[in-house]
Amino acid sequence: MDLDAEIAKAQEERKKMEEVTFTSLTFDADLYGGAGSDRFEGYERSIAVTEEDDDAAADDGSGGRDLARRMASFTGPKSLHDVPRGAGAGADADAEDDSGFKKPQRIIDREDDYRRRRLQRIISPDRNDPFASGEATPDPSVRTYADVMREQALQRQKEEVLREIAKKKEEEKEKAKAAPAAAEPAPAAAQKRRNRWDQSQDSAAESTGAKKAKTSSDWDAPDATPGIGRWDATPTPGRVSDATPSVRRNRWDETPTPGRLADADATPAGAGATPAGMTWDATPKLSGLATPTPKRQRSRWDETPATMGSATPSAAAATPAAAAFTPGVTPIGGVDLATPTPNAINLRGPMTPEQYNLLRWERDIEERNRPLTDEELDAMFPQEGYKILDPPASYVPIRTPARKLLATPTPMGTPLYSIPEENRGQQFDVPKEAPGGLPFMKPEDYQYFGSLLNEEEEEQLSPEEQKERKIMKLLLKVKNGTPPQRKTALRQLTDKAREFGAGPLFNKILPLLMQPTLEDQERHLLVKVIDRVLYKLDELVRPFVHKILVVIEPLLIDEDYYARVEGREIISNLSKAAGLATMIAAMRPDIDNIDEYVRNTTARAFSVVASALGIPALLPFLKAVCQSKKSWQARHTGIKIVQQIAILMGCAVLPHLRSLVEIIEHGLSDENQKVRTITALSLAALAEAAAPYGIESFDSVLKPLWKGIRSHRGKVLAAFLKAIGFIIPLMDAVYASYYTKEVMVILIREFQSPDEEMKKIVLKVVKQCVSTEGVEPDYIRNDILPEFFKHFWIRKMALDRRNYRQLVDTTVEIANKVGVADIVGRIVEDLKDESEPYRRMVMETIEKVVANLGASDIDSRLEELLIDGILYAFQEQTSDDANVMLNGFGAVVNALGQRVKPYLPQICGTIKWRLNNKSAKVRQQAADLISRIAIVMKQCQEEQLMGHLGVVLYEYLGEEYPEVLGSILGALKAIVNVIGMTKMTPPIKDLLPRLTPILKNRHEKVQENCIDLVGRIADRGAEFVPAREWMRICFELLEMLKAHKKGIRRATVNTFGYIAKAIGPQDVLATLLNNLKVQERQNRVCTTVAIAIVAETCSPFTVLPALMNEYRVPELNVQNGVLKSLSFLFEYIGEMGKDYIYAVTPLLEDALMDRDLVHRQTAASAVKHMALGVAGLGCEDALVHLLNYVWPNIFETSPHVINAVMEAIEGMRVALGAAVILNYCLQGLFHPARKVREVYWKIYNSLYIGGQDALVAAYPALEDDDSNIYSRPELMMFI
Amino acid sequence: MQASDRFNINSQLEHLQAKYVGTGHADLSRFEWAVNIQRDSYASYIGHYPMLAYFAIAENESIGRERYNFMQKMLLPCGLPPQRDED
Repeated sequence: MDLDAEIAKAQEERKKMEEVTFTSLTFDADLYGGAGSDRFEGYERSIAVTEEDDDAAADDGSGGRDLARRMASFTGPKSLHDVPRGAGAGADADAEDDSGFKKPQRIIDREDDYRRRRLQRIISPDRNDPFASGEATPDPSVRTYADVMREQALQRQKEEVLREIAKKKEEEKEKAKAAPAAAEPAPAAAQKRRNRWDQSQDSAAESTGAKKAKTSSDWDAPDATPGIGRWDATPTPGRVSDATPSVRRNRWDETPTPGRLADADATPAGAGATPAGMTWDATPKLSGLATPTPKRQRSRWDETPATMGSATPSAAAATPAAAAFTPGVTPIGGVDLATPTPNAINLRGPMTPEQYNLLRWERDIEERNRPLTDEELDAMFPQEGYKILDPPASYVPIRTPARKLLATPTPMGTPLYSIPEENRGQQFDVPKEAPGGLPFMKPEDYQYFGSLLNEEEEEQLSPEEQKERKIMKLLLKVKNGTPPQRKTALRQLTDKAREFGAGPLFNKILPLLMQPTLEDQERHLLVKVIDRVLYKLDELVRPFVHKILVVIEPLLIDEDYYARVEGREIISNLSKAAGLATMIAAMRPDIDNIDEYVRNTTARAFSVVASALGIPALLPFLKAVCQSKKSWQARHTGIKIVQQIAILMGCAVLPHLRSLVEIIEHGLSDENQKVRTITALSLAALAEAAAPYGIESFDSVLKPLWKGIRSHRGKVLAAFLKAIGFIIPLMDAVYASYYTKEVMVILIREFQSPDEEMKKIVLKVVKQCVSTEGVEPDYIRNDILPEFFKHFWIRKMALDRRNYRQLVDTTVEIANKVGVADIVGRIVEDLKDESEPYRRMVMETIEKVVANLGASDIDSRLEELLIDGILYAFQEQTSDDANVMLNGFGAVVNALGQRVKPYLPQICGTIKWRLNNKSAKVRQQAADLISRIAIVMKQCQEEQLMGHLGVVLYEYLGEEYPEVLGSILGALKAIVNVIGMTKMTPPIKDLLPRLTPILKNRHEKVQENCIDLVGRIADRGAEFVPAREWMRICFELLEMLKAHKKGIRRATVNTFGYIAKAIGPQDVLATLLNNLKVQERQNRVCTTVAIAIVAETCSPFTVLPALMNEYRVPELNVQNGVLKSLSFLFEYIGEMGKDYIYAVTPLLEDALMDRDLVHRQTAASAVKHMALGVAGLGCEDALVHLLNYVWPNIFETSPHVINAVMEAIEGMRVALGAAVILNYCLQGLFHPARKVREVYWKIYNSLYIGGQDALVAAYPALEDDDSNIYSRPELMMFI
Repeated sequence: MQASDRFNINSQLEHLQAKYVGTGHADLSRFEWAVNIQRDSYASYIGHYPMLAYFAIAENESIGRERYNFMQKMLLPCGLPPQRDED
C-alpha cells in the first residue's frame, strides 16, 4: 500500500527533523564547559525520598554500614522499603480506616501495566448489522465487516513497515557506533541528549550506569506492539498513557487529551507521586517548582493542553490517520500562559479532573501558607505584654520562587493590567448544586455530565438532545445517586431502553466505563446497567457489539473475581442477544490484532461465547481460525480460545473433547514457537478439564508430544512437559508407567535447569507422574530420588514461596509411593541445616508425610535423628508465623505415640524453658505444644510429668498477653481432659477460683479457652468446688452471652446446664429469669436457650412452674423470653414433651390470641416444636385445640410471623396427618377473594409436597358433570 | 410476590410448579385440580400393591390388567377439558 509507505515516510522525515532540531540544540561549549564534560559532575543528581537511598541496597558488600543501619532502629523487612510510595502505600494506608470498611478504590490504582492497556483501546464506531439491513447493500457511511477487516490488514502492514524501519535504523546506528568505536565520550552525550528537557532524567539514567539503551526509540521496547497507542493513537477521553517508566517517551509525540492519566513526564522520578490521584499527601505535579532541587524542572511544554479533541471520542476514532498527527501540535494556550496559575488553567476551557484536583490542592495550600496579616496577629496575641517591633534593616522577605511564580503571573515582560473577564461558569471549591435533585457530581464527572448543569435551555433542545439529556441524568443517578435514586433510575433505564435506542444509550454508557478514575462500585453499577439494557434491547445491540466488548473484555482479566464473573455474564448475555454470527463478525478482526492484549482478551471473550452458545456452534469457526494460513497470531488466538474454553467450562468439554483436540493438534508442529507453546498449554488445560476421562481423545497428540520433548528446549519444552504431565494421569496403569519412564529421562535432565518456570513445571509433572498407578516404587527410589534430592532439596528452593509449595507437594506425593523412611531418612539431617527457611521446608514435608503415612516405618535410629532434629529446629526457630514448626512437632510426636516416652523429659524440659521465655510468641507456642502432645503423654503414662506441667501452667495464669493466656488455658484444658479431675494438679478447688476472674477477660481467645475449661470442670468435677463459687461463675457467665463468637456463647449456655445439674436448677434459674429483663436481644436469646438447657438437664418439671409463673410479668420482653424458652425447651426435650403439653396449653392459647405479633410468632414456633415432638404419642386432642388457635394467623403478612405459622401448620401435618389439615384447607381453595385463595393454595402446596400420598384418601368427592368425570369410583369399591 | 414468600418454598412458584406438577395456584380451575386429584389417585393405587390387589379382586381382573387400566386412565382422567370461554 503506498498510503502506508507515505505515512511511514512522513513519520520518518518528521523524526529526522526533530532529531536535527533538538540534538543540535546543545549547550554552548564555551559557556557551560566543553561538550562531553558533564557540568553537573560531582553533584548529586537526585535526592532520594528516604534518607538512605537505594545504593545501600545496591552495595550489599558494605556490611559495616548495613549493620550500623540495622542497629540504629528496628525496621520492617527490607523488601517493604521498596514499595512504591503514593499509589500503593498511601492508598493502602488509608484504605482501611477504623471502621474496617474499605474506602472506595479506583480500579486503575490496583491495575498493573498490562491491565491498564485496556485504556488504549478505542471504542470503535458502530458497525453494520447485516441481519437488520437484509439484502440491501449497506450504506457506504456504515462500517461493515469488510471495512473493519481491511482496516485491520492495513494496520498490520503498517506495523510491519514500521518495524522494518526501526530495524534498519537500529542497524544503521549499530554501524555508526561500530565505526568510531568508543573513542571519546562525545557520542554518548550525543545519544543521551535528545533534547534538553530530558536532560536530567537521562543523566540520572547514565549515573546508574546501566540503562543507556533507554534513550533509544520505543521500537526497541520488548513489547510485541511497539507502535500502538503512540503514533496511531486517537484521542479518546480518559486515556492513559502507558506509564511504563522503562520506555522514555518523547513528549512531542504525546497526544494531548483531557483526562489522561499518568503523564509519564509529569511525575518527577524521585517524588514518586501517585500518577493520577492528587491526594493531599502526594507530591503534586506543580510542587516540583516549590522544591528547588536539581530535579527535572517542569516546563510549560509539559502542560497538557486541555482543549484538544476532547469531545469527539468516536468520531475521531473513525479516522485514525487524520488524528494520528495531533501529537505534533503545539499546545494551545499560547506563550503568555506559560506559568500555569490556577486562573490561567481555568481560562483554557474545560478542566480535566487532574487539573481540577491540582488546582484545589494548590489553592488550599496557598490559603494555609499565606503570611499572617497584622489583624490576624493582633487577634492571636494578647493586647498587653507584647510590643510590635520594627523589622531589622537587613531583613528581606523570603519568597520561594515557586510561590512567586504562582502569585504573580508575569509571563513575558511586564504585563499590562487588563480587567479579568468575568467567568460565570467558573467552578469553585464547592461544586455547583446540581439542578433537579441530581446527585453530587465528582470533578471527574464534569467532563461527561457537565452539560447537565446548564439547565436554562431545556426547552430549546431538540428531541434527540433531550433524550440524551435524560439518559445522562439517569446514568448520573445510577452512578452517584443514593440507593433509592439508583434503583428508580435503573428501572427507568431498563423500561425505556428500546425507546431511548441502543445508540444513544451505549454512546453515553461506554465512554463512562473507560473513564480512568472509575471506582469498583461505579463500574459494577454501570455494568449492571449494560446488563439490564442488553436484555431489553435484544437484537438492537448488534451494531454495538464490538464497542461493548472493548469495554467489557478487560473485566475478564480483572484480578477481582466478581468483576470476572460479571464480565462473563455480560458477554454471555450479549452473545445470546446478538447471536453467534454477529459475535464472530465483531471479534474476528481482533483475533489477529497486533496487540497481544487485544488478542488475549478476545480469546477469553470467545470462550465465554462458547459457553453461552454451546461449543458445537463455535467448532467450525475455531477450526478455520486454528488453521489460518495468514498469520500466526490468528492460529495462536484460536488455540488460546480452546484453552480458555477448557479452563472456563471444566468437565463440560468432555463431549467435544476429541474435536477440540483435533482442531488444535497440528499446532504442535507449527512453525511458530509461540503457537507450539500455546498448543501444548491448551492440551494441558483440556486434559486437566477432562480428568480422569477422555484419554482416547488425546491419542493423536501423544506421539507429537513425546517427539516434541526430545527436540525442543526452553519454554516450548516446558509447555510440552506440562501437557504430558496432565495427560499421564488419564492413562491406564500400564501405559502411564511406560510413558512416565519415557518422559522421566527428559525430566531428570531438566532437573538441573536454572529456569524458574521450568523448575516449577518439572516439579508438577514429577508429582503427576509419580501419583499415577502404574509407576513402581522401586523405579522411583532408584531412578528419580537421587537426582531429585540432589537438585531440588537445596536451600535456594525454600526462598521462593511457589517453589517451596510445589516442592513440598511433590515430595509428599513421592513419599506416598516410596514410604516414609526413604524420604524422611534423606531429609532428616537437614533439620539441623543452618538456613531457617530450609529447615522450615523440611519440617513441613516431614509433618505432611508423617501425618499421611504414620511413623511405623521409622526405625529406632531414624527416630532418634528425627526427634533430635525436630528439637533442634524447634529451638532454633526465630519466627514461626505459619505454625510450621509447631504443627510438625505435634504431628511427629503424635505419630510416634508411645515411642516418644524416652524423649519426653527432654521435650518437657524444652517446653518449660520456653514457657519462661521473654518473647510472648515463644511462650504461646510452648503452651500450644503442650495441648498438642498431652494425649501422647498420657499414652506414655507420664502423668507425673503432666501434673508437673499443670502446676507450671497454673503459675503462669497471671500472663498478661491475651494470646498467650489463651494458649495456656488451652494447655491446662488438654491436661485436665487426659488426666481427669481427681488426679489433676493443682487440685480443681484451687484451679477454678483462679479461673473466675479470667472469665472477665474480653479477649476472644481467652474467653473461649476459659469457658471451655470451666465448662469441662462443671461437667466432670463440679463437686470439687463449693456451690457459692458456681453461683459466682453463673453471674460471670451472663456477661459471656454477649460474646461475638458463637462458639463462646454455645459453650456458655452449655456450662449453665452443667452448673444447674451440679447445684440444682433453682438458683441458676432465678438468675436466668432475671436476665430476661435486659434490653439486649442477643443476651435475651442466649438466656432463653440457657433456660431451655437447664430444663433439659434437670427435667422440665423443675423449671416449668417458675417459667410459666414468669409469664405473668406484664412485660413484653419477659413474656416473649418465656415463650422462646418454651419453644427451645420443647425442641430439646422432644417426645418428653407429651407429659407437659397439657400444662402449657393454656399459656399458649393466651399467647396465640395476643395482640402482639411476636407473641403469636413465638408461640407458633413453640407449637411447631411441640407438635413435632409428640407426633404419634396420642396428644391429638390438645394439638387440634392449638391448631384452632394457630389457623386464624395464616393471613399474617409479616415474614417472620407467617413463616412461624406455616411451620406450625407443617408440624401439625406431621402430628395430625395431612387429611386433617386438608379439611381446614378446603374451605378456602376456591374462595372468591384472590388474596384468600393465594394463601390457601400456598398451604395446600406445602401440604401436597409434604404428604401427597396421604391426601389421596382425603380429597373431596367431586360430582361428575355432563362432559367430565370427576368422581373416583375405585374408592367406593367394597368386597 | 409478598415479602413473606421470600423465605420459603413459594418463593419460586414457577420452579415449584415445574418440580411438583400437582401443586396449584390461585387461578387453578376446578377441572385442572380434579385432573391432578385423579392422576394422584391412580398413581397412588399403582404405587401401593395391596391397593392394586384389592381393586383387582373387586373388579375380578388380573393385577397387571388393573395396573394397565389405571395407567391408561391417567391420560385423560376426567375427559376432555371444558371449552374455555374467552375472557
